[in-house]
Amino acid sequence: MRFNLLLAAVIAFVVLAAGSVILPDWAMFLFAMALAKGLVCLGIVGMMRGGVVSFGQGLYYCLGAYTATLVANNLGVSDIFLLTLLSSAVCLLVGMAFGPLLSSYRGIFFAMLSLALSMVLYGSLSKMSFIGGTDGLNIAAPTFLGWAPEGRPLQMALYIYVVAIVVIAGVLMRIYFDSERGLLTLATRDNELRVEYLGASVRNVMTYNYVFGAVLGGIGGTIAALALGHVDPEFAFWTTSGEFVFVAILAGSLSVPSVFVAAIILELVRSFSNLYFPNTWQLALGIFLLAVIVVLPKGLGSLVSRRKGSPA
Amino acid sequence: MNKAVLEVRDLQKTFGAVTAAQDISVTVPEGAVYSLIGSNGAGKTTFVNMVTGYIKPDSGLINFGNRNIAGMAPRQITRLGIHRSFQIAQLCAELTVEENMLVADAIHGHPGPSFLRRAHNAEARERALATLERFHIAEHRDRLVPELSGGVKKLLDIAMAMAGETQIMMLDEPTSGVAADEKFPIMDLVMDALRSAGVTVIFVEHDMDIVTRYSERVLAFYDGRIIADDAPGEVLSDPEVQRYVTGAPA
Amino acid sequence: MDLAATILVDGLIYAGWLFIVSVGLTLVFGVLNILNIAHGSLYAIGAYASASMVGAYFALGGEAFPYGSYVAMILAALLVALVLGPLLERGLLRFFYGRDEVLNVLVTYAVFLILEDVMKLIWGVNPYFVYEPYTLLGDVEIGPLFYVGYDFAVIAAAIVVGLAVWLTLNKTRVGKVVLAVIHDSEMSQTMGVNVQRIYLGAFMAGTFLAALGGALTAPMISVTPGLGVNVIIVAFAVVIIGGLGSVPGAAIGALMVGISRAASVHLMPEAELFIIYFVMAIVLLFRPEGLFAKTQARKI
Repeated sequence: MRFNLLLAAVIAFVVLAAGSVILPDWAMFLFAMALAKGLVCLGIVGMMRGGVVSFGQGLYYCLGAYTATLVANNLGVSDIFLLTLLSSAVCLLVGMAFGPLLSSYRGIFFAMLSLALSMVLYGSLSKMSFIGGTDGLNIAAPTFLGWAPEGRPLQMALYIYVVAIVVIAGVLMRIYFDSERGLLTLATRDNELRVEYLGASVRNVMTYNYVFGAVLGGIGGTIAALALGHVDPEFAFWTTSGEFVFVAILAGSLSVPSVFVAAIILELVRSFSNLYFPNTWQLALGIFLLAVIVVLPKGLGSLVSRRKGSPA
Repeated sequence: MNKAVLEVRDLQKTFGAVTAAQDISVTVPEGAVYSLIGSNGAGKTTFVNMVTGYIKPDSGLINFGNRNIAGMAPRQITRLGIHRSFQIAQLCAELTVEENMLVADAIHGHPGPSFLRRAHNAEARERALATLERFHIAEHRDRLVPELSGGVKKLLDIAMAMAGETQIMMLDEPTSGVAADEKFPIMDLVMDALRSAGVTVIFVEHDMDIVTRYSERVLAFYDGRIIADDAPGEVLSDPEVQRYVTGAPA
Repeated sequence: MDLAATILVDGLIYAGWLFIVSVGLTLVFGVLNILNIAHGSLYAIGAYASASMVGAYFALGGEAFPYGSYVAMILAALLVALVLGPLLERGLLRFFYGRDEVLNVLVTYAVFLILEDVMKLIWGVNPYFVYEPYTLLGDVEIGPLFYVGYDFAVIAAAIVVGLAVWLTLNKTRVGKVVLAVIHDSEMSQTMGVNVQRIYLGAFMAGTFLAALGGALTAPMISVTPGLGVNVIIVAFAVVIIGGLGSVPGAAIGALMVGISRAASVHLMPEAELFIIYFVMAIVLLFRPEGLFAKTQARKI
């Protein structure tokens, strides 16, 4: 069952993991960051399938990053698996608290309320000087089940860890998107009235998608924090969330791999623009975004997946 | 007469100054086919909307299966066994006909829609196909909703509503938006499917030929009240009904 | 008692500023159905243009009549509206009318990103200071408290803007047509309204109000890159609280946010940013579409 998916996952893992050997340090760091952010964007794509777009996914990205950092600095936990688990648990709980509230909002109201929540976190963290205020905090390098690599091996280990998480998360989300619940999400975007009159709870559908997005956001934030060695309130700032939405729109909701491809494209464009056009990077991004909206309204995924009848 | 499956007592509903329902009381026996007639704004759709939970009545009882369902949410009422179709077919426009059916099937599967099981699994597709065949729309299964004719949309809407355990089916104008020569074939198809499943049917209809042909009993609405509740022949020859509803002697 | 008075006065000053920057946003949403993130950039451009114009005014010998710098500020805002209004509305936004609301937010987000860098290209990254207009009006003494007169001028400007918008919408023929378009643009079109012109006019008015907000603020701050980023987020909160598309809503929203922020600054400074969204969340909890939004039931 689902042999193709498994095969694709193995191939994706092998190809991406090979990067740990081939890629120079700067590129491996860039890919690790892109994949970590891609996880956050995958959560947004999950919500987009239900017809809502969160403009505040920085909330969970930041929450995950700070949870990992505070746990590492104050409880002396350095194991990457444990840190990921703890921060996704925190994001799960927060997502379960806000999910039912947000799930009755649509369109602009959903977008703006989620944005408001992330800005509350941004504002609060900026004012909390005991955890670094606007300067943020540093986080030490992680250990891997007792192994504490340094230098290039550390980077490689972290990179392979991200790749593994991305492949697992990608497979799980693909299974979810193709599942009965996944179809129910698409039906909800189309016609909520029909879904309710078939006996299903629209609110419940929306809440699940929100909570999955929260957990993915938390994991992405944790990995980004560990890769950067630093967190600050900007993780929750609205322009950070805006970039996540940008990637989700660029990717479209048809294909899971395209989310990570889009995230990598964004990081590449960003680092090259920073290098060559430091003052016009946002200009390039804006034009790029407009072009995507006009030329590829269904995202990158529509280039490889023609959804007609049976989805891939 | 079979035992009552639906008992409505003294339903009231006002929207501002407009009385949409006044002292509505009806008893529908199991397996019966009722039709609701009346001019626009007479209160037929309000009645359907109250029984199926879209509108909450101001007061009154709606007894179904030994409990009062008045004010419950649509999905709770659906779960209990009262299903409905819509005046304008409510379909998922970005999904194919088959996928629309699969959505209905997934919701009513046991123990409810799964996070893991493929929506397009073989058994579900088989069940969906069987239902589509019963409504003679299987040939359209791979088409998207916007490509369908009015009649096919109506049939799909009703086919989706049939998923799960249907005890009462409420059809809101099943032949509106359907080409004139398709009306009788479609009603034949729908009524056959519903009768063979032993479902109690309540339908809203403007076409008196369809009312006479398919219903056993007619409720005539006027100004939020029921002004006649009897066999079709009796109701259609009632002078009050002729004056307020049909407009001319039947 | 003094504290309450301080909070009230500070709150009113902040509310005046908030109203000016929010009313254009709500007007544009009401007419075009586009929630314009680039409104923040237009605000910032207004501030830069104002700083440049005032600077030029004094460089050209404006010292003789310093009050003329106020005219320069308003002219700066007008100039921004006349140039960028048609450019953005005719050149871009009109292709997205009737599309998904959230998609349109993204379109304006792209415009926001582009304008952020365009500003850096035009005005560079170094701050601009034009304090002259700020000190011209002297100080005002209220009991034991001193305020800069200019702050009260901002309140006065907000009242003038509010009255002007309200009178235009409700007492003029054009305004009534605009209200009709806000209510139902399709219907208005079939009734013979030139919707295109109304859209352009409304967007230019919105641009002018955004730029005016920035122009009036320029003397109070140092004008630096990134000015628009925070403004737009606060303005969003105000219009969402008041109900998207409602001018009285923007006024009430600005008052609520202004006074709660002032209260927070004096009583609980840590919560300054938090409080704005807290107010918004509470309002949306009880009124899911904001205070003055028109709600419509769906017929099935």
